[in-house]
Amino acid sequence: MAAKSISKRTEQKKIRILVAKPGLDGHDRGALVLCRAFRDAGMEVIYSGLLPTPEQVVRMAIDEDVDVVALSLLNGAHMTAFPRVAELLKEKGAGDIIIVGGGIIPPEDRKKLEKFGITGNFGPGTSLKEIIEHIESRVRKERR
Amino acid sequence: MLETQRSYWRVRLSEIGARNKARAVDQKAMKRLKENYRKWEEQILEPWLKSSPELDKDFQTPSNIKVGRVYTPLDIENFDPVRDAGLPGSFPYTRGVYPTMYRGKPWTMRMFSGFGTPEDTNKRLKYLINHGETGLSIAFDMPTLYGYDADSERAEGEVGKCGCNISSLKDMDILLNAVPLGDVSTSMTINAPAAILTAMYAAVGERQGVPLKKLRGTVQADMLKEYIAQKEWVYPPEAHMRIIRDMMLFCTKQMPQWNYVSVSGYHIREAGADAVQELAFTLADGFAYIDLGIEAGFKVEEFAPRISFFFNCCMNFFEEIAKFRAARRIWATVLKEKYGVTNPRALLLRFHTQTSGASLTWQQPTNNVVRTAIEALAAVLGGTQSLHTNSYDEAWALPTEEAVTIALRTQQIIAEETGVADTIDPLGGSYYLEWLTNEMEERAFSYFDKIESIGGVLAAVKAGYLQREIAETAYRTQKRAEEGKDIVVGVNKHVVEEEPPISTLKIDLKAQRRQVKRLKEVRKQRDNAKVAKALQELKNAYKNPDANSMYLILKAVKAYATLGEIVNVGREVFGEWTEPSLL
Repeated sequence: MAAKSISKRTEQKKIRILVAKPGLDGHDRGALVLCRAFRDAGMEVIYSGLLPTPEQVVRMAIDEDVDVVALSLLNGAHMTAFPRVAELLKEKGAGDIIIVGGGIIPPEDRKKLEKFGITGNFGPGTSLKEIIEHIESRVRKERR
Repeated sequence: MLETQRSYWRVRLSEIGARNKARAVDQKAMKRLKENYRKWEEQILEPWLKSSPELDKDFQTPSNIKVGRVYTPLDIENFDPVRDAGLPGSFPYTRGVYPTMYRGKPWTMRMFSGFGTPEDTNKRLKYLINHGETGLSIAFDMPTLYGYDADSERAEGEVGKCGCNISSLKDMDILLNAVPLGDVSTSMTINAPAAILTAMYAAVGERQGVPLKKLRGTVQADMLKEYIAQKEWVYPPEAHMRIIRDMMLFCTKQMPQWNYVSVSGYHIREAGADAVQELAFTLADGFAYIDLGIEAGFKVEEFAPRISFFFNCCMNFFEEIAKFRAARRIWATVLKEKYGVTNPRALLLRFHTQTSGASLTWQQPTNNVVRTAIEALAAVLGGTQSLHTNSYDEAWALPTEEAVTIALRTQQIIAEETGVADTIDPLGGSYYLEWLTNEMEERAFSYFDKIESIGGVLAAVKAGYLQREIAETAYRTQKRAEEGKDIVVGVNKHVVEEEPPISTLKIDLKAQRRQVKRLKEVRKQRDNAKVAKALQELKNAYKNPDANSMYLILKAVKAYATLGEIVNVGREVFGEWTEPSLL
């Protein structure tokens, strides 16, 4: 409920967000929960479905003109797949799209991912509120 | 046909409802109980509540079953110890599938393990055998599960991360090196490429001089739950179901001790389902495999004993135990009534249990030792045939050797120190547990009826119904935790600020490099013309719905066709599956 009031305070324009799982990973519980939570927080949600390649994720992000790409992986391949998405977005001239991550991400990997501009990198047990606030705050900064 | 099937679930549902509401035979005794209960409420409970109110207005299980203050015979007035519980090893098997249970043989301690290269996993398997493990259980990495070779572009960064990588027969040979396949039983958690891995196992067995008839083990091969929950598919459902049929036919003739389908609720639960949904969707899948077997021309009596089950065990202690008891009773009853089975061996719901991965917390990870112990105890009190206990560090990574050892020791302590295995179904007859068993059974039948009205499990999967049911429950569970309605110690209560990092198992990219190198050697050394011929024959078999593809998969495997090459033949013939929208 708190999440809703925060999103009202954000910009007029709704946040468009792509929830994506760039890899061989069927663990979609978290991604599907986030889709519902982002929707209830007033965002426009696009879900990649399962098993897209980083290339496909980037194409979707550009075609759908999203503000944010939220990446989720629980298969240990985040250090390969997440930076690849960041690099490809830059290559395609879409470096302004915000990237956040989550999954089974050890603390030492978080710092490395931040160097690619991928923030959040939330682990299990993170509250939806914390994730939504993080995204909204990054969008606010970007739109300023 | 459909009409009579639908009416079975409906009729049975109303019978169960009537039983659960029915009055007792001995009305005099019940009257005394009622009087006693009324007096207790008036004279003892109410004055107490005035000064000490309860913590909550309502108590409920995670499946939204309202839990009463205390249970008495009044809650199971019509409970019939013969009809509803029976005795161990006798219909309806509520109390256990065997007459002596753990007094005769402890459950199999089967630790699910696999990481990195086949060499890494082989070492871990031997470590576990040396520490008293009694059955093998192998985990494969994502490329293997999705049917990609280690050198595929899609495998980049994923080789060996979540399990052991197997790209060809050469890898399987190394994985099972010096493991006596004639003596151990091996469970392989593999689904879309299950037929290929079974063929590889058979080929290694033959090399060790073990006849196929003597190979014992299980492949999961439960594709229905892949579409519902775990989402590790390659082809559309019909194609996978046909390959399972071929494997069933092959195994019945050639590998009679091989359990070719392990109907799995574990992943349904981990994906977010509650205990009732796990029970209902898993058994619905089980009945769908029975239907598949009948369609393939089998007699239920003959193939049902080769179907086993795999359940989750989560934190709500009694709900989990009730789930296992209800599962046995439902399976035996439906097989007997709906499918006309008379052979008692074909009525037994035998199952493996894994403690819940989703219940493990990233925060204060050593608390997970306690969670796993409680879940393992529930599985044992629920009468499991084999058990995997999770390691405390698994919310972080694949487990270290130290963490796995504690997990195995947890089972050994339950088996050898607590005495809970000395008598069978020690909680049977508990007013609460019997009531809860009835309640879960009724709710499961209500789902069976609903699934049937959609047109069966496959139709329900294609419509996205089962997937959405699970996703909605997962979202509800998450919200309940955030609102503080469900407590997770260390996560939303008793939280500490800083966590000391634990040391976890690291899998680096070396595993991928080693696997790619070996694959190159395999491709160079094998007879490529022979491989091409085997793959072409498999393609022809796939195109002919009446052919049995399993024999040709075995031939291709033995010619060192790789996993990816074999799976690709099916990709060309059947195409790939795209899930319906779940939002």
